[in-house]
Amino acid sequence: MRHAISVLVENKAGVLARIANLFSARGYNIDSLAVGETEDPSISRMTIIVRGDERILEQIEKQLNKLVDVIRVSDFLETEHLERDLTLIKVAADKNTRLEIMQIVDIFRAKIVDVGSSSLIIEMTGNEEKIKAFVEIIRPFGIKEMVRTGVVAMARGNK
Amino acid sequence: MKKTGAQILIESLLKEKVEVVFGIPGGVFLPTFDVLYDSPIRFILTRHEQGAAHMAEGFSRASGKVGVCFATSGPGATNLVTGLANANMDSIPMIAITAQVATNLIGNDAFQEADITGITRPVTKHNYLVKDVRDLARIVKEAFYIAQTGRPGPVLIDLPVDVQKAECDFSYPAQVDIRSYRPNYQGHPGQIKKAAEMINHAQKPVLYIGGGVITSGAHKEILALAEKAQLPVIWTLMGIGAFPSVHDLSLGMVGMHGTYSANHATQKSDLIIAVGARFDDRVTGRLDKFAPGAKVIHIDIDPTSISKNIKVDVPIVGDARVIVEEMVKYVAKKTKMTDWHKQIEIWKKDFPLTYKKDNKLRAQYVIEQISEITKGNGIITTEVGQNQMWSTQFINSKTPRTFISSGGLGTMGYGFPAAIGAKVACPDKVVFDIAGDGSIQMNIQELATAVQNKIPVKVAILNNGYLGMVRQWQQLFYKKRYSGTVLSGNPDFVKVAEAYGAVGIRVEKKSDVKAALQKAIKIDKPVFLDFRIEPEENVFPMVPAGAALDEILQGVA
Repeated sequence: MRHAISVLVENKAGVLARIANLFSARGYNIDSLAVGETEDPSISRMTIIVRGDERILEQIEKQLNKLVDVIRVSDFLETEHLERDLTLIKVAADKNTRLEIMQIVDIFRAKIVDVGSSSLIIEMTGNEEKIKAFVEIIRPFGIKEMVRTGVVAMARGNK
Repeated sequence: MKKTGAQILIESLLKEKVEVVFGIPGGVFLPTFDVLYDSPIRFILTRHEQGAAHMAEGFSRASGKVGVCFATSGPGATNLVTGLANANMDSIPMIAITAQVATNLIGNDAFQEADITGITRPVTKHNYLVKDVRDLARIVKEAFYIAQTGRPGPVLIDLPVDVQKAECDFSYPAQVDIRSYRPNYQGHPGQIKKAAEMINHAQKPVLYIGGGVITSGAHKEILALAEKAQLPVIWTLMGIGAFPSVHDLSLGMVGMHGTYSANHATQKSDLIIAVGARFDDRVTGRLDKFAPGAKVIHIDIDPTSISKNIKVDVPIVGDARVIVEEMVKYVAKKTKMTDWHKQIEIWKKDFPLTYKKDNKLRAQYVIEQISEITKGNGIITTEVGQNQMWSTQFINSKTPRTFISSGGLGTMGYGFPAAIGAKVACPDKVVFDIAGDGSIQMNIQELATAVQNKIPVKVAILNNGYLGMVRQWQQLFYKKRYSGTVLSGNPDFVKVAEAYGAVGIRVEKKSDVKAALQKAIKIDKPVFLDFRIEPEENVFPMVPAGAALDEILQGVA
């Protein structure tokens, strides 16, 4: 089962290492990890995407909570929430393909942020599924480079 | 008034009522050692930093206070790692302070530099690198708080040499406020009542207690609970001393080398009440065959221990003492001997712990005599291996903090320095380290520490010329192919003791054991007793690795 776990931590040196270590020491792989400051600059929020059965996930969440620098852990599994991931894709494009690519970009509401003589950089924001679908359609044109921020998540409504 | 980092550290330790520090100085620790020189803190110079860490832990376990050790940067600090890992596994509060190279050199591969906060992150409860002297007092306060609260553990503070020299105003914080760390002590009242109900209705309950009972000081409450509800009691290695081993309700230690009655009672129970124990693999044996008919109540301060190995029916997170005290109110008083009690009596009578009682000098006899002579009033530490398992079987403990052994990590070389630490904490008690000839050599250099600082611990070396526990497994499971377990190069331990200025006594005959032990206790110096025991004696009963708890090898004729 795929889980999006949100972890509020003290914004201090070494905290990321502690959390990464907790996963690696138990042989769990992290699908994606995004870290950034929150509205309170002394607190960072980490969004971790991880897969595993319920027992493993329960253990991971308890272990995260146990770390001295962790303020709160929440699992979005049963919470209505939004997920977003920002991707930059450098795709091969010449005068024959440029128009076609631009049309696809439009349909997906992505953006072209840089144009070179033989390539374009596309900025794409969305949830994982949307990005996956977009990447598959763009792939035949020749993806030269791709970079992703990792998923960030937030509960909907007042939660 | 402005003070240096070194002064702030020492004054902060004094505010935390630290009386003794174990350790070794070094180049970048000089500013602090200069302040330590004039302070009332007793400094015990060890011969290896691993010894210092185990001594601090032994001190902590014997006294219930926080043990403190010092090590310099680089190799000094890395030598602490085993000691920290040991304390972390066994949840023992401890503070390690390491010196570090100057802040402007950190990361430069400077002389004697090691990233000790990085290295020790997985083996400490928490650690700190102090980069600004103005943070130091708060960090020391937090470190002591974190080490002792919740599930206790070791905390390391890494202190660069320039921070030791830098100055700032000093005031020691009165309290700690860590928003991300708020341990929960009160158990959920509804869960406590539910657990008490289950105890009242159980036909075949066992009370399974571990080190958490000792940490929280819950031994009186546990005794009250067991006696009121007539609960048979089994314990882990870490729980030895939390319940009197001689008591109608005592079954003994459970697990790989546990008693027949403890293992069978666990397997056939319908309710396990676990208090401050974590269902370690050495306790449960094969997990899918563990106590198939039992419901489980689990009381633990650490939520990560609950449902980690065994599915728990009623979890109660909180302090064992607080919870058990509350629970005693709700359990029904029972007086009658049930069929369950009668069955347990039969197991205890038919399968007691025993060994061959002939004229040969056997390890178990030596340990029985140590138990006899100390009468549960001394402190026993052990190394790891056969010496440790025989000690769990043949030492009778009455009170907590009198049996000190490396539980989770299984560290050979632990017992001797731990004994030194325990003796420093309790100078009026007789302290015995029960050792093997293999494990004593892992920290034998600490004999110099004991001699220099006049710490008269007694070491009973059960000398069989083997790494005995591994040899036992080779005998039982690897066709007696003794690969890497023969200690043919052993020194003469009596001469070693004498060379250090201690006393050595060799014992080769069973009939000499009592007199030798009495003599050792009377001598006001560290003593090595070299017991030349039967070389191929095994520890039984034994549950082989991967077998269920009741698949026991008895082994004794």
